[in-house]
Amino acid sequence: MNKVVSGAQEAINDIKDGMTLMLGGFGLCGLPEKTILALAASGIKDLTCISNNAGVDDFGIGLLLRNRQVKKMISSYVGENAEFERQLLSGELEVELIPQGTLATRCMAAGYGMPAIFTPAGIGTEVAEGKEVRKFNGKDYLMEMAFDADFAIVKAWKGDTMGNLVYRSTARNFNPVMAMAGKVTIAEVEELVEPGELDPDHIHTPGIYVHRIFKGENYEKRVEQRTVRKR
Amino acid sequence: MLDKEGIAKRIAKEVKDGYYVNLGIGIPTLVANYIPNNIDVVLQSENGLLGMGPFPFEGEEDPDTINAGKQTITKLPGSAVFDSAMSFGMIRAKKVNLTILGAMEVSENGDIANWKIPGKMVKGMGGAMDLVASAENIIVAMQHVNKAGESKLLPNCTLPLTGIKCVKKIVTELAVLDVMPDGGFKLLERAPGVSVEEIKNATAGKLLIDGDVPEMVI
Repeated sequence: MNKVVSGAQEAINDIKDGMTLMLGGFGLCGLPEKTILALAASGIKDLTCISNNAGVDDFGIGLLLRNRQVKKMISSYVGENAEFERQLLSGELEVELIPQGTLATRCMAAGYGMPAIFTPAGIGTEVAEGKEVRKFNGKDYLMEMAFDADFAIVKAWKGDTMGNLVYRSTARNFNPVMAMAGKVTIAEVEELVEPGELDPDHIHTPGIYVHRIFKGENYEKRVEQRTVRKR
Repeated sequence: MLDKEGIAKRIAKEVKDGYYVNLGIGIPTLVANYIPNNIDVVLQSENGLLGMGPFPFEGEEDPDTINAGKQTITKLPGSAVFDSAMSFGMIRAKKVNLTILGAMEVSENGDIANWKIPGKMVKGMGGAMDLVASAENIIVAMQHVNKAGESKLLPNCTLPLTGIKCVKKIVTELAVLDVMPDGGFKLLERAPGVSVEEIKNATAGKLLIDGDVPEMVI
């Protein structure tokens, strides 16, 4: 059950043009930055990317947008990326904006083997257009389908060679639910350890969901809004 | 008339002991600064944190610890971290007692628009649609009129909706208003130095006035 690969390049070597990828992270926090760099260098194109945000112009998924490798983005909030907004308004990029909880829960559904979920988010708005509405206990809910992604790419703090993962602080965000939802899941970690070194009680993502794991070097962990208070 | 801090101060009075509270970006974030010390409140950040604390001291920023506005923050003792599905699970399941968020428009039946200006601004709804669809107690912090001087309290929203029939209370620079179950903005309080007439002029939707309207105490 050794899932270790040499690095990002090997991890993505069978990702092909036109595939659907899930990418973990919230803003730039908990972003699989090493795999994104490898994708940006790969020339793979026409990707559909499912990710809460679209990075910034020169970091995260913004790098893939800048290279025109993305055909379609499925996100909840894209406000930090000027190039994204430009491609969207000009029609170069196909974009599906969906509520953040819907995005997370559609990942969860895929990871739990459920075809769809019902949520009140988006009822009465343009998000509901063309979707089935069901009434439960007098309240309307939208039926939202589980995602179907070829690859999920996540970032964890620690992982072992069997693919068990532990996240750190709010860098957890979408990573665990996306890790569960990919047909193939790639995990990059800051620390890669031997089986037994992680406490089984503390594992967030069991290794069964992870197919490839590698240790990333020199994480940049860029901060979007550095806010501090005076001492 | 209130400034942004004043709006935040007035909303802080709506936060009760024992509440779990979700604060949106902008004025709602400022509310945290005015929650009285003698009540026990836990702030939820929908990226996956309960127990959000203040900004870190300079040099102590942790890139792995941010809030829903992507700002570096701290975690208070007793805080808990979880994934995005659980975060919206607790919102959907109504475990969060109060949601405070901003708006571009609110209609007299409680519809809210705050995520899109067609052809101009496309940033996305983030967690706003999930929050407004599930929260039972929603307070909107907003300016009463937009930069062009037009009322943001309308008979019907003109911008794409975030949610329908969900806003319960609105605090603006001019007034505190309740959205009534049968429709209409009920004027509860005037901001210091603001007349009922000024509020009438700034409100395009149905304004309900019942007797004398007290000036708010902050």
